[in-house]
Amino acid sequence: MAVDKSNDILDEVTQSEYKYGFYTDIEMDQAPKGLTEDTIRFISAKKNEPDFMLEFRLKAFRHWQTLKEPKWAHVHYPPIDFQDIIYYSAPKKKPQFDSLDEVDPELLATFEKLGIPLNEQKVLAGVAVDAVMDSVSVATTFRETLEKKGIIFCSFSEAVHNHPELVKKHMGSVVPYTDNYFAALNSAVFSDGSFCYIPKGVRCPMELSTYFRINAANTGQFERTLIVAEEGGYVSYMEGCTAPMRDQNQLHAAIVEIVAKKDAEVKYATVQNWYPGDKNGRGGVYNFVTKRGLCEGENSKISWTQVETGSAITWKYPSVILLGDNSVGEFYSVAVTNNKQQADTGTKMVHLGKNTRSTIISKGISAGFSNNSYRGLVKTSRRAENARNFSQCDSLLLGDQCGAHTFPYIEVGNKSSIVEHEATTSKISDDQLFYCLQRGIDMEVAIGLIVNGYAKEVLSKLPMEFAVEAQKLLSISLEGSVG
Amino acid sequence: MSNLTENMTAEQMMINTFSDNFDAITSSDTQAITLLRQRAIESLKKNGLPDDDTENWRFTSLDPLFNTPFKFDFSNKSRPFDISKIFSCDIYDLDTFSITLLNGWYVYQNAPLTTLSNGTIIGSLSKAMEVYPELIDKYIGTLTDLEQPGLSALNTAFFQDGIFIYVPEGVEVEKPIQVINIIDSEDPVMVHARHLVIQEKNSKLTLVHCDHSLTHNISFTSSVTESFLEKRAHQEFYKIQNKGPNSAVINNAFFRQKHLSNLVTHALILNGGFTKNMVNVALQESQTKAELNGLYMVDSNQHVDNQIFVDHIAPECESEQLYKGILDDEATAVFSGKIMVRKEAQKTLAYQNNKNILLTDDAKANTQPQLEIYADDVKCSHGATVGQLDPEAMFYLRSRGLNPKTARQLLLYAFAREIVQRISIEPLRERIDHMIDKRLKGELSICDQCVLHCNSKEPTVFNIDVSKL
Repeated sequence: MAVDKSNDILDEVTQSEYKYGFYTDIEMDQAPKGLTEDTIRFISAKKNEPDFMLEFRLKAFRHWQTLKEPKWAHVHYPPIDFQDIIYYSAPKKKPQFDSLDEVDPELLATFEKLGIPLNEQKVLAGVAVDAVMDSVSVATTFRETLEKKGIIFCSFSEAVHNHPELVKKHMGSVVPYTDNYFAALNSAVFSDGSFCYIPKGVRCPMELSTYFRINAANTGQFERTLIVAEEGGYVSYMEGCTAPMRDQNQLHAAIVEIVAKKDAEVKYATVQNWYPGDKNGRGGVYNFVTKRGLCEGENSKISWTQVETGSAITWKYPSVILLGDNSVGEFYSVAVTNNKQQADTGTKMVHLGKNTRSTIISKGISAGFSNNSYRGLVKTSRRAENARNFSQCDSLLLGDQCGAHTFPYIEVGNKSSIVEHEATTSKISDDQLFYCLQRGIDMEVAIGLIVNGYAKEVLSKLPMEFAVEAQKLLSISLEGSVG
Repeated sequence: MSNLTENMTAEQMMINTFSDNFDAITSSDTQAITLLRQRAIESLKKNGLPDDDTENWRFTSLDPLFNTPFKFDFSNKSRPFDISKIFSCDIYDLDTFSITLLNGWYVYQNAPLTTLSNGTIIGSLSKAMEVYPELIDKYIGTLTDLEQPGLSALNTAFFQDGIFIYVPEGVEVEKPIQVINIIDSEDPVMVHARHLVIQEKNSKLTLVHCDHSLTHNISFTSSVTESFLEKRAHQEFYKIQNKGPNSAVINNAFFRQKHLSNLVTHALILNGGFTKNMVNVALQESQTKAELNGLYMVDSNQHVDNQIFVDHIAPECESEQLYKGILDDEATAVFSGKIMVRKEAQKTLAYQNNKNILLTDDAKANTQPQLEIYADDVKCSHGATVGQLDPEAMFYLRSRGLNPKTARQLLLYAFAREIVQRISIEPLRERIDHMIDKRLKGELSICDQCVLHCNSKEPTVFNIDVSKL
């Protein structure tokens, strides 16, 4: 019977486990557990930061202490003990390399396992990679090529030392430390991240890429990414994440800030593959991330593309503030939850400038016992004349124990805006399956075909390198159902 | 009469008022109801009233309301009163069984409880508490959730009277029952009315519920309706609001549906200072159907908030929501509709749609169409739009010689008509149709008399040469 078969396949899906569950035995330099002003001074001192950074961190920390953890998201987890987390963890051998040959071979092996062939990519794909392992950026390739163009692509701490004026000007300008609980926490304790600066009129010749990976146990990963594109600049940026398998929950609270000036365009793609916990819901990463872009100048454009397959809990809303006239914001997302994963993700499009446009395409896929929510805000202010938004949020349910939810918020404040929202929730239709089966396609391939077709609209927006990986990830996450 | 005083939180104020007037409020209570009231007060102490942090009240603030020095009318009783002295309402050609509430109290000409020849009981809730205590105790308070910060608790603590309707098994009430809710007071008055509607198996009922104010004085009406539809029961529920700019109305309607029952509701808000209508439908047994329609046309600085919760508890149920709004001047409208599909509710069909037209830059629409789904074999969709009149449609009409004003009116009329068409009582449909036409032409303001008191039967006429279309 077709139904039984599909149930078998769904069972298999719900039993599939994490494929990236190894961890690297590298000596770590760690801060003691707990969070006090001393921890923050320790981190700042370790990183040899200028005074303005320490002040920023302390201000953020003091503000954080006045805040309460938000509870509105449609996720459930035991209370986090913020004193039981190690806030700084760095590989002991502080790497400073000119070429990949000098990188700790074990680290390179890790990357190999992750499927980030630094070497290969350097040659074949022409991708510049800034890999972040437990919060310290270990290798930056292709920097020289970029430097010739005037593009700065380095770790955040390097930027603090080498380009303090740029950091000072833009850090916190899009996501201030007062923004929310986890943003305040990140601002206080962030250890590293990536910094990218595209000067006026420069088109970045290659896809920039970072990989984040949480390695040590009990550590939180607090990285911070800042991308600034000056007038007419263009960059396509990719971020990928993985974490080893562990019983405890690991906290990841990151901030990504993007500033796009006049006529600039920034594309940000994420493939998020943190450890989702085992099938009983033990372990896994808590991914509480604040991502926001500011279309500051006229005709600027920011697009977020994300494939979310990992994390025990995802809490993230990549947003765009459309301040400049005629600016464009885009959000394309595929979120897959399986086993006991919980995701509350979506976007915010805040229209402030005239003729601003935004598009939201969100595809949720829930399986196992998971809960997958889309939560989004589209807001047009009074002066955002002729603002235009189209949102489509579809959910696909695989199995009868999971949940799919949609919580859109639409706030329109002028008469010339047009805002549209559509959403559907359904399972794979029997008609579609029957159609495939009757043409001799077996159940597994058919489900794969349908799921891939369902997510195609978003996958096609990913940069080439990622599209391949994303499809692979989709198949790992829904193992057994995707051919 | 007692006064609300300042320098106290609204909750504290209300709790004090409750204890000061305990004897008057509970005078016709059954024991169970007094206990229910005490639970409500406990909840009020614990959870308070909704504020800006309460998800469903983010865009509708109660603060200005509770800062008004309202008066209460606890000692009044449901009483004989000739309503025609102050008010007359007739929908042309519509034959209704009409009952009236004045400031929340049931007023009547003959008796507080009427039993129709088919066994249907209609009348005052406070009287029904005396005459049918077991029946009331069995149903009242079973649908409201006192644990939420909301106005259910407040209403439960303070209600004294309202409408009671009981339709026995197999009875189809032929005439629509029209409930006219009138506020007539020189002082700012706060009214808590409670309605209980019980429909036994295979029964059929049409309820037309009209909210009016006779004066332009400040008033605040909160009503809670609990409606029980047993197996194969059928109910059509109309809510028509045409209130003055200084009136605040918060309606909270709860419906519980059993196997194969069918519910159709219409909320027609043509005027209202501050309106919040909450509709909660629990589809408790399989193969039930609920259709919820709404139309709101607001201008000046009116505020209307429609909050809907459809709870699919059992399998094979269907629900549909269609709410449309036209917002002019500085009016604000909020729509928050939620469809919950529980794990057992397989084969659910649920649709939700909210469409808004903004006519000015100062009007605001906030809409939150939400889905929460825990079952997989379902078809659910929702949609929301906020926009203006389609310029192409405007162009089409203009190119055929219509002036901008007529073209605009015609398009708005067509927009509203989708809801009007769903009204199944023909005289009412024609009257509403006519009222909307008048409303769009700016001729209908809040009348001093019933909004439906327009005796002319002129059909809706547009001055259009159809041959040109």
